[in-house]
Amino acid sequence: MKLVIERRDTSSALLRFSAPMVSIVVALLFAGGLILAAGINPLDAYREILYEAVGSTYGLSETLVKATPLIFAGLGVSLAFRMQIWNIGAEGQIYMGAMGATWVALFSGLENHWLLMITMFCAAFICGGLWAGVAGVLRARWRVNEVIVTLMMNYIAILFVNYLIYGPWRDPQGFNFPLTAQFSEAARFANFFDTRLHSGFFLALFCALLLYLLMERTVWGYQIKVIGSNPQAARYAGMRTGVAIFAVLFLSGAIAGVAGLSEVAGLQYRLQHGISSGYGYTAIIIAWLARRSALGVIIVSLLMGILLVGGDSLQMLWQLPIAFVYAFQGLILFFLLGSDFFIQYRVKLIKGAQGG
Amino acid sequence: MPELLQIQNIRKTFPGVVALDDVSFTVAPGEIHTLLGENGAGKSTLMNVLTGLYHPDSGHMQLAGEPVHFTSPRDSLSRGIGMVHQHFMLVPAHSVFENILLALERVPQFYNRKHYQQKMQKLIDTFELDLDLDADVWKLSIGAQQWIELIKLLLRDCRLLILDEPTAVLTPQETDRLFKVLRLLQQQGKSIIFISHKMREVMEISDRVTILKKGSSIATLKRAEFNADILARLMIGQDRIPEWQKNLQMSEKVVLDIRNLSVRNDRGLADLDDFSLQLKEGEILGIAGVAGNGQKALAEALTGLKEINKGKIFAGDMDMTHSTARASYISGIAHIPEDRKSIGIAPDLDVADNLIMKSFKNTLFRRGVFQNRRAIRRNAEEKVSRFAIKAGPEGSPVRYLSGGNIQKVIIARELSEQPRVLVALYPTRGLDIGSAEYIHKVIVDGAGRGMSTILIAEDLDELLKLSDRIAVMFRGRLIGYADPRQTSREEIGLMMSGEQREQP
Ligand SMILES: Nc1ncnc2c1ncn2[C@@H]1O[C@H](COP(=O)(O)OP(=O)(O)OP(=O)(O)O)[C@@H](O)[C@H]1O
Ligand SMILES: [Mg+2]
Repeated sequence: MKLVIERRDTSSALLRFSAPMVSIVVALLFAGGLILAAGINPLDAYREILYEAVGSTYGLSETLVKATPLIFAGLGVSLAFRMQIWNIGAEGQIYMGAMGATWVALFSGLENHWLLMITMFCAAFICGGLWAGVAGVLRARWRVNEVIVTLMMNYIAILFVNYLIYGPWRDPQGFNFPLTAQFSEAARFANFFDTRLHSGFFLALFCALLLYLLMERTVWGYQIKVIGSNPQAARYAGMRTGVAIFAVLFLSGAIAGVAGLSEVAGLQYRLQHGISSGYGYTAIIIAWLARRSALGVIIVSLLMGILLVGGDSLQMLWQLPIAFVYAFQGLILFFLLGSDFFIQYRVKLIKGAQGG
Repeated sequence: MPELLQIQNIRKTFPGVVALDDVSFTVAPGEIHTLLGENGAGKSTLMNVLTGLYHPDSGHMQLAGEPVHFTSPRDSLSRGIGMVHQHFMLVPAHSVFENILLALERVPQFYNRKHYQQKMQKLIDTFELDLDLDADVWKLSIGAQQWIELIKLLLRDCRLLILDEPTAVLTPQETDRLFKVLRLLQQQGKSIIFISHKMREVMEISDRVTILKKGSSIATLKRAEFNADILARLMIGQDRIPEWQKNLQMSEKVVLDIRNLSVRNDRGLADLDDFSLQLKEGEILGIAGVAGNGQKALAEALTGLKEINKGKIFAGDMDMTHSTARASYISGIAHIPEDRKSIGIAPDLDVADNLIMKSFKNTLFRRGVFQNRRAIRRNAEEKVSRFAIKAGPEGSPVRYLSGGNIQKVIIARELSEQPRVLVALYPTRGLDIGSAEYIHKVIVDGAGRGMSTILIAEDLDELLKLSDRIAVMFRGRLIGYADPRQTSREEIGLMMSGEQREQP
């Protein structure tokens, strides 16, 4: 008997759907071992996670709140992936978007709610967009690798926001904490159902719909797909690839920037340290797992939301260390990414030593 | 004679397509065995199953009497089966030497460059190939790249060589050289599976021919049993070969006027040198010449893909010397490029999307910023049936189409716009007999409607059959014109080797 690994010629839709499901189950089994080792019945723990994350209005709303920035950032990153452009700077773009929105909220002098909302949106959109657009110009004009540029600019963005909140934008009444003043009521998103769920979530869904239409139904989206598939052929057909590269990176960063808006205007009402706890990086994984589809981004983001909320509850109920929660989340991700392997390859047992 | 390879009842399906239905055939040691079949009959798929790239749904294979199950091309290579693919893959930025080295087994970390270079050079000399080991691959012609693939396999010492349409990208001279190499290999006892659509070649080289039709092997014939007619009839079956007739109605109006064009290539040498040509309305102007004498540069200069160093191109009264591909397309030039894979298609998009690649901005296919999906789909349905494209289930990427069908997608796209000028490089390369005839018909019909064609082809028969005039190129210059009704193959051959002649 011999074990061989073969590349699959094709993978069916059923497999593409079932492999991630199976991998989640396997991850739960593994994590169950860990939980058991901590002296807790895994079934209880899972019931708890599920209950906390989706079992109550409060839990469900928290899950959606957590998923919101992930949807935005995931959409942004996956848009760039569509054109084989690797924007791994969503984290920085979130910060820049948040910064733009904050500037409008605190210093523009506007007071009308809708005017504020629209201006804040534009500011976040443009700031995030330009931040990624830098990489776009460098790539389109001088073929500078966008991976490095977008990554490096994360640090610049985060440190720049730090500078603002430690320095010029620090709230004078804030007891020297590194935060800005609170936004006025007019500069905040509406909340729903007496929970923290805010308009940002619905804006994210709307964004996903728009992006889907943009990619699948418009002439522009068609060009992006052709360029992503074969830039040489696209150029030959008269498409302007340089402009498209910039536009896609701009839009990708702009959508990530709106995640920043949604966080400051919907949740925190101020700019402060750590407004994004790595959402921009999680977005890369989300975009990967979602396989370029906008609907996929929403589904995967919701799943991540469940993991985040449920993980927190484990920590609170059983006093499991935070490291445990991370390990748990890591395991799930690990197996999800691993399922990709089984979608592309198959493992086979062959009789006889002479396998060929 | 014991068989080297036995293939029994192979079946292979892809979602929505039965690529191979039931295929059986054998290959004897020292035999050159040809696979013949229409585009999409399953030849490449069968070879991919044989080398372990694909895995059959059912069926058996035996190598030297022993059942085998290959899991990857590397696996089959280690058992002495090597393949040159229809669309081969080299690392373009690397040199020939490096590309060949990559394919070798057990090259130590710190290898002796000289040793390997000598080994490769010896092989190149044995087979009298014209290949510079230090050249960068991207600068080489597709034909030369094919030699690299072949050398890789020869160095690995394969006992069964599979060549998937090798001659599609070779000049007739190179084909002769390839056949010489194949005969040499045959004498060394190696077996060869050869795929080609060109009947002349099949007749010349094959010991046996197996005919594939719609995924099944329908007959295997020995040398004495076949001739071109028998093979064609078996292959095509009930399908009729389209018929066409040429009527002379070329006018004296000049649609394209090329004046003293000079184009330099990547090495700074002249690809076109003071080249002048006039194309008349409704004319099919054949361009003959040994490959590499500037034909490709001419096509690329005309379609805006190449910088023009000197001279001018006029379309009607418009100077279009310095316009981009887009601009020249607007002035009505359609282009069937030589290098299909790299500039002809977007492999991840489906047939419908590929068919509108140059006309996506047309109001026919859009409503404002939105695409008109229904019109795009209807366009695809019409083209697919008109050009008999075997496209697989709707929405599947063009990448999965067979080589000939990809070619048909490009031709359908370029010719559907009723272009005023068509620049076609080897338009029937890789097409089966029926499809090639159909393309000829489309070009001739187009000429009847006033389309002017610059037809660049290697096959002199094709040129003589289609062209109104034949221009012969040599070293980037126009040697002279020939009248296809009066000239002979020999005369054109002489001109192709540079012999000057008076213009008619
Ligand atoms: N990976 C794949 N996925 C789906 N369909 C495929 C795949 N590979 C091949 N096919 C289909 O199988 C059929 C046979 O294709 P194949 O490439 O073997 O034809 P062929 O005989 O080599 O034709 P040609 O002369 O044009 O090269 C085609 O209809 C093709 O679309
Ligand atoms: Mg083929």
